[in-house]
Amino acid sequence: MQESGKDSIDLSVHNATKNFGDFVAVDSVSFDVEKGKFFSILGPSGCGKTTLLRMISGFIEPTVGSILIKNQDMAGRPPNQRPVNLIFQNLALFPMMNVAKNIAFGLERQKEKKAVIDKKTEEILERVGLPGFGEKKVDQLSGGQKQRVAIARSLIMKPTVLLLDEPLGALDLKLRDQMKVELKTLQNQVGTTFVYITHDQSEALVMSDHVAVMNNGIFEQVDTPQNLYAKPATPFVAQFVGENNKWEITIDKVSERKALGITKEGFKFSMPLEENLQNDDILQFFLRPESILLQPDPSIRDLNRFFVSVKTILFDGANSRILALLPQSRREIQISLPQNRQFDHIKIGDKIEAGWNPGSAITFPQEKVVA
Amino acid sequence: MKQQNIRWGLVIFITPMLLWLLLLIVLPQLDMLFMAVRAENDLGEMGFSLINFKTFFFEPIYWRTFARTATFAIFVTFLTFVITLPVAFYITKVVSPKFQGFLAVLILMPFWVSELVRVYGWMILLRESGFINHFLVKFHILDKPVEMLYNDATMIMGLVYTSMLFMLVPLLSVLESLDNSLIEAAYDLGANMWTILIKIIIPHSMPGIVSGSIVVFMLTLGNYLTPNLMGGKNGLWFTEQIYNQFIASFNWNQGSAFGFLLLILSSVIIWVGLKLSKQKLGQVMQ
Amino acid sequence: MIRNLPQSKRYSLGFKIYIILFFVFLFAPLAITCVLAFNDSMFPALPWKGFTLDWFTGTSIERTGIFHDQINLDSIWVSFKVAFFVSIFSTIVGTMGAFLFEQEEFRFKQVLFFLMLAPLVIPGVILGISILLLSNTLGLFFEQTFGIDIALFRPGFWLVVLGQFSFITTIVTLIVSARLKKFDRTLEEAAMNLGATRFETIIHITLRYLKPAIIGGLAVSFLMSFENFNTTLFLVSSQATLPINLYLQVRDGSTPVINAISVLLITGTSILAVINLYFTKSED
Repeated sequence: MQESGKDSIDLSVHNATKNFGDFVAVDSVSFDVEKGKFFSILGPSGCGKTTLLRMISGFIEPTVGSILIKNQDMAGRPPNQRPVNLIFQNLALFPMMNVAKNIAFGLERQKEKKAVIDKKTEEILERVGLPGFGEKKVDQLSGGQKQRVAIARSLIMKPTVLLLDEPLGALDLKLRDQMKVELKTLQNQVGTTFVYITHDQSEALVMSDHVAVMNNGIFEQVDTPQNLYAKPATPFVAQFVGENNKWEITIDKVSERKALGITKEGFKFSMPLEENLQNDDILQFFLRPESILLQPDPSIRDLNRFFVSVKTILFDGANSRILALLPQSRREIQISLPQNRQFDHIKIGDKIEAGWNPGSAITFPQEKVVA
Repeated sequence: MKQQNIRWGLVIFITPMLLWLLLLIVLPQLDMLFMAVRAENDLGEMGFSLINFKTFFFEPIYWRTFARTATFAIFVTFLTFVITLPVAFYITKVVSPKFQGFLAVLILMPFWVSELVRVYGWMILLRESGFINHFLVKFHILDKPVEMLYNDATMIMGLVYTSMLFMLVPLLSVLESLDNSLIEAAYDLGANMWTILIKIIIPHSMPGIVSGSIVVFMLTLGNYLTPNLMGGKNGLWFTEQIYNQFIASFNWNQGSAFGFLLLILSSVIIWVGLKLSKQKLGQVMQ
Repeated sequence: MIRNLPQSKRYSLGFKIYIILFFVFLFAPLAITCVLAFNDSMFPALPWKGFTLDWFTGTSIERTGIFHDQINLDSIWVSFKVAFFVSIFSTIVGTMGAFLFEQEEFRFKQVLFFLMLAPLVIPGVILGISILLLSNTLGLFFEQTFGIDIALFRPGFWLVVLGQFSFITTIVTLIVSARLKKFDRTLEEAAMNLGATRFETIIHITLRYLKPAIIGGLAVSFLMSFENFNTTLFLVSSQATLPINLYLQVRDGSTPVINAISVLLITGTSILAVINLYFTKSED
């Protein structure tokens, strides 16, 4: 990102802060989005992502900080004069107009000629896969079709940045999965910069070039989807992106070659040796369900091996898990259950061996309790 | 089973309805029409006659009052809409939600009070010895008090004041149901406040505007009190003509004809209003 | 624009001023009426001559307060009686109407529904005279055919009640229908499934759900009846209701006793409106 010139940055947010009374909704957030990228902001509800999006679109003025679009400061510019368009969570299609009128709305405001508007409307309907839908009423459309009309209505304005506020939230699961792919493909074709906010990690991970994980008004991490998953920068990211088993462990013994982690329940395992690791350090320790191998081959060396008893099998297709109890404790852990028929014999109550490579664990020093 | 059993629920519910609507609405209107087309002939006997309607069309005072009442009622309806729309918009969309409920209650409060008390209030404000004149003279803005009552402008203001509630309530409810994100989306797509008003707010509010307008128009057209107490002596309201025929001249047949004409007028204008706005009465009135 | 959007100072200030002016317009006539009820003067006008309660409690001939003004007290009592009967009848019939239109299916339902809405588009004056005409026709008919004189058919108390009932019932039907529309009918089915009859279901389930709307209907019909003028004007006899009685006094000029009555009316209706609001809010 650093070496690309300033011209390639479509959206640049510096130090954006928004206070509502005493409450800080967005706290000094800065980021750049390169031209043509799909950038997502992922966070739980109430994390400030909607506020941030509304600041970019101009519905809220930031308390502090600046927002630059194509190097132009947007301060004081109302939403109707910004080169960005927003796709609303509920889409906000105008029920009093038909599809074509909805799409033409923005161009009509620019006093575009009618013939041009008609032509562009037709083109964009074609592009989103709804040719000939112009005369339909909004309430005659299915959920997916409404989605596409909303996108068409904004894209026809040729915005520098298209902002999307969880537009897939209202769709059912199958359609949502389909729209994710469509949206990504469409973004590739038109080459418009997308800024997408969502609380659904799968939407963010599937579509985005970069994802910012947001929590309590700050960005915890901005990275590629792969890195967010593999190398979370904070405990929050580790927990929010993907599933994780979490422990608090105490470092027991540091030798030249390895360290030992002990959970509260007294469960011990070896740890990767990192710098600065001291005896009696307390760490937060995360382990993904798929990092735990079931019945690992005896030939694999250096695994933390242990026996667990199967409590429940959570069958969910490719995403199936075992909920297992660790020995001598009531502590539950989740273990991925690959559906390759190899583990079909496992039943509730079985005692089975499991193991993981110390290198696959993710650890953080104990969080200071922030008031 | 349904064919043989009498549906007692239906019978119980429908009987009072039919009695009410038949005895108090349908039959009286028919009787009024019947009275309107009867008059005494030369021998002093009652018989069928269109003389009452002829009188209406050939006496300028009658049809002029009629036309004047209709025009003023339409104007009052429009004025009421223009005055109350910003108020309804302010309460539902602009003011902080903390005050929203309070303002809505406060604004409806005066309308619970009798129309007569409200008109009386305006009279003691506006008349020659009234409140406003008292201060205008005291602060030497006027040399001597002027009569502000008994003219068309005051009467129109009084009629607007009287019927504002019936525009405000439907506007409040219809604007309440307008999704803010529609306004934001239009704004985001480059619209200004005026375009948003014309393209989004008014089309969305149409059912409320129409139902409010119908009620306001109807109440204004049929109002007797306000024109009588605030209007000028030479600017008659058509209901006053009806009243005069019934009570002063005791010509019930003529009065019925006038009543029937007023009923036709209100029905026609409401029908035209519904057609123009592409609304349906059944939906609008719910 | 709208509340969560940034807006220019001029826009929001202009809007505020307009709203303040509107409220002044709204309350000025009521406020001045109330103030002048306590003015120690023979006329409901300024200048202010000091505070007095004479127009409420006075007993002298030229200063009869409302509490000793027999004619006005009588008309208040008449209005109370009329409003009492009108609100009871309208609420009963209106509630039945709501059930009819929301829960029953029958031929010509649409026609009957439009007929039910008709009183909304018939001017009140026309309702008054048409009912007067019909009752007169019926009265004549009974007198000539059977030689009996039925008091009901002459202008008077019961004709006023009927005239007001004829359009107030529509309002109540609409108020109760609005709530019944939101009623979850599976609750009725559940009650019947547990062994209740249709009648028991209505009493225990549906009417209980409708209670706020029925109370609202009672309050609204009471107030509408109490203040009705246009319809009543043609149906009233020597027993005048309060608005009719006040109208004559206002037209011909009167002492501030009218202001005193207005103060009582404003207080009374405000209390009733607040109670009604409390009931409809708390049960929603």
